[in-house]
Formats: sequence, structure tokens, C-alpha cells
Amino acid sequence: MLRLTVEHALERLGATVRLAGRAGIEAVRPPWEFREFVVQFERIGVGSLNLTNITALFTGMVLALQTAYTLSAFGAKLYIGEVVAMSLVRELGPVLTALMVGGRVGAGITAEIGTMTVTEQVDALRSMAADPVRKLVVPRLVATVVALPLLTILADGMGILGGLVIAVVEEGASASFYLSHAFNLMRFGDLASGLGKTIFFAYLIATIGCLNGLSARGGADGVGRATTNTVYASAIGVLVSDFFLTKLFLSL
Amino acid sequence: MSTDTVVRFEAVSKAFGPKRVLAGASFEVRRGEMVAILGASGSGKSVTLKHVPGLIRPDGGTVETLGHRVSEMEERALYPIRMRVAYLFQGGALFDSMTVFDNVAFPLREHRHPDDAELEGQVERLLELVGLPGTGSLYPAELSGGMRKRVALARALALEPEIVLYDEPTTGLDPVTGRTIAALMRDLHERLGVTSLVVTHDIPLVRAVATRVLFLSGGLFVFSGTVEDAETTAPEEVRAFFVETGGGHA
Repeated sequence: MLRLTVEHALERLGATVRLAGRAGIEAVRPPWEFREFVVQFERIGVGSLNLTNITALFTGMVLALQTAYTLSAFGAKLYIGEVVAMSLVRELGPVLTALMVGGRVGAGITAEIGTMTVTEQVDALRSMAADPVRKLVVPRLVATVVALPLLTILADGMGILGGLVIAVVEEGASASFYLSHAFNLMRFGDLASGLGKTIFFAYLIATIGCLNGLSARGGADGVGRATTNTVYASAIGVLVSDFFLTKLFLSL
Repeated sequence: MSTDTVVRFEAVSKAFGPKRVLAGASFEVRRGEMVAILGASGSGKSVTLKHVPGLIRPDGGTVETLGHRVSEMEERALYPIRMRVAYLFQGGALFDSMTVFDNVAFPLREHRHPDDAELEGQVERLLELVGLPGTGSLYPAELSGGMRKRVALARALALEPEIVLYDEPTTGLDPVTGRTIAALMRDLHERLGVTSLVVTHDIPLVRAVATRVLFLSGGLFVFSGTVEDAETTAPEEVRAFFVETGGGHA
């Protein structure tokens, strides 16, 4: 039983790596599907704005509340800005945005491509000598890889803004004081390491979403299972890879 | 394979998990034939059809289409063959996110790259051919089952294929639409010499269009002959398919 589970997991990992590789190669080969990219970017990027911004805003507010509470024990409350901004930019912004996008976008991609698979639309594409990886996977992959870093930058901003609201309203700090502290320690490398992660997360989410869609079997039930798998696999994938990416970026 | 043979299966086997669908199936189709593939539900008729353009690979045996061993070819190498072999899927398999026009235009845009006016003319001609002029702006969700199948047929014919594979072309259609499709199939066959493989349970359709019947049972083709033979001298399980079926597509 355990052997079968491990074999299955390795098989899926292999399939994910293969699809990621093929899609990466196809993505740089013309002709490009610009129209489809724009459609997908609108769906994946613009469509996720509310979700990721609200998540970041309230995360920033909670982070500020908790930080103020903890730091007050050491008389170090004036460092709220540093803690909130660094936590968001280096870690929480990229990871929470990826988790939200993974749930919303990854599941959406699987549901759409999965429905196409079980209704033979993917076979129809192949039968007309068109490549499903080029037609379906590449536009979604590129749109996610472009959208996720942008969503993360906005989420970082919203989170810092959430912290600002708490610092001013609850802790009585001035906005300029909070902001000067927030950007006091931050270096370009902090932002870059956070955004670097998001590119990997985006690639992972889109690949898992597309792979589960393309391998969906049966009817609505199969598509439902594939969609659930995507939410599960992309969340685990983001969290596990975040650990290794953090280790990597810290060692650079 | 003789130069006249356009599809050849030799000892083809295929299983999905523990379920063995084809168990050494062999048959040939010659250019210009209209072959009906009959068999019980789940006997592997659609799986057989999907082997022809290489949409499915066999576990064993060889499949040759238009002189190429498709069972051993890479996906990309199959494209030139797929452009010559059209597939009409059971449910139509129209792209939900595209209009009727874009669906029919898809293979033309993909492979022929015509300018806008040319494309519009070609799509409209194809839609007229299947009796659906002026429906280009509709989405598949706005069409009835019969209309979807006719649009799918228009899309399948866009690249002027040499072989057309029909998967249950009349299932779920009203008799009038069924007759329209049957007439169209016969027209393509007789006027343009298109070779056709038809998976169906619709015996009136078989009587109306088929030049030969293949019967699939237990993963093997157990009968090959004319419709007349199938009705008279074929084994009992084949003849049973032709008993008490009224009406017709003639």
C-alpha cells in the first residue's frame, strides 16, 4: 500500500516535471498565442486581485497586532514597521498570495481543462493536429508566471498598508514613523528573493493545474477529484518548496 | 499493405487497467469504402476508431493509416496524417469557449492561414453544407445536440480529409436530423470518394450508407462482410443486431 502510494507520488512528480519542461520549451517557441495569453492573464491576474489584496491587507493588520503585543514585552514596539514589512516582503506576501492563487487559479485551470478532457475537446484538438500543450498549457503557464509576481508586489503593499492602519489607529504611531521603519531595513534583495519564489510557485501551480486537468478521467466526478487534487498538491507544493527556496536564497 | 489499403490493424491489443478492450484485432479498410463498425456497448468500437489517427497507442500489434505506422510514431510526426483524417466525436467535442465560427475556422486558421475574407467564405460554405448557414455567432451551449453534431461535422470537413471517422454520428438525434447526416455522409462518400469508418448502433444508418460491416466482439473482429451478408449468413450475434429494426435513412 505504502509502496503503491510512493510509486504513484513519484509518477505524478515525474509527469509534472515532464510537462513543466515541455511547456517551458513550447513557451519560447513562436508562434505565440497572444490573444489567449491576454484572456488568461485577465482571468488569472486581474480576477485574483480582490482575493489576494484582501488576504494581504488583513494579514498585515493581524501581523501588526501580534507584533505589537509580542514586542511590547521587550519595550520594542517601535519596530513594528520593520517586522511587518520584512515578514510580508520576504515570506508572507509571496506564500499567501501563491496559496490563494493556487486555490483559485489552479482549481479553475484544472476544472476547465478537465472538462475539456472528459468531453473529448482535448482529443479534438489533437485530432486536428494541434498541440494541447501549446494551445492550453502555455498560455495559462505564462499568464500565471507573469501575474503572480505582480499580484505579490500589490499584496506586499496592501499588507504594509494594513500594518500602517494598526500602527496608527491602535498603537498611536505616526504614519511617517511607521513607514520610515518599514523601509528602513529593506533591501532590494529582500524583495527579489520574495518575487523569485513567486516565479517558481507560479510555474508549479499552473503545471499542476494543467496536468491534473489533462489527466482527468470519467465525468463530473473525475473533474471534481482532479480539481481537489490540484488545490491539495499546489498548497503542499508551495509550502514545501518555500522551505527549500528560502534556504537557497538565504545562502546566496 | 496494398496501395489501396488506407487503414490496417494487425493483431492490435489494448487494455485499460485490468479491462482488455482489444485482443489481437485485425482488419483492413480500402480507399473509398464506407465501413460500419458494429458491436455491443463497451466492446471497444470507439477505442478502435481512436487508434486510426494515433489518438491512442496500442499495447501490442500495429496500426497503419495512409501508409504510415501510426502506432510507432511520435505525436508531432502524426500531425500531417491527422490533417488528412477527420474525426467526428460522439458529443461533437466543440470548443465551449469559442463561437461556431471560431470552431469551424479552427483547423483552417491552424493549418491553412487564409485571410479574413477567405476564411469567412470557407466557414460559411462549410456551415451551409451541414444545413446551418448564419449560425457562426452562436456558442455551442446555445445549440441543440443535432446542431452541435452538424457543426462538428463542418469542422471535421474543413481540411478536406481523405478519411472521416464517425463516432456515433446519429445517436441522440431526431430522425430528420439523422437522415440529414446520413445523406451528407453518403454524399461525401459517393461524390468525393472519402473513405469512412462509422461506429454506430443505428442499423437504418448502416443499411443506408455502409458498403461493408465489421463486427467487434471479445476484442476481435469476428465478422467482415456486406450488409446483406451481415443480415443473412453472419453468426447469430451479428444477425441479432439487424432483427426488427424499422425505419430508415434512405
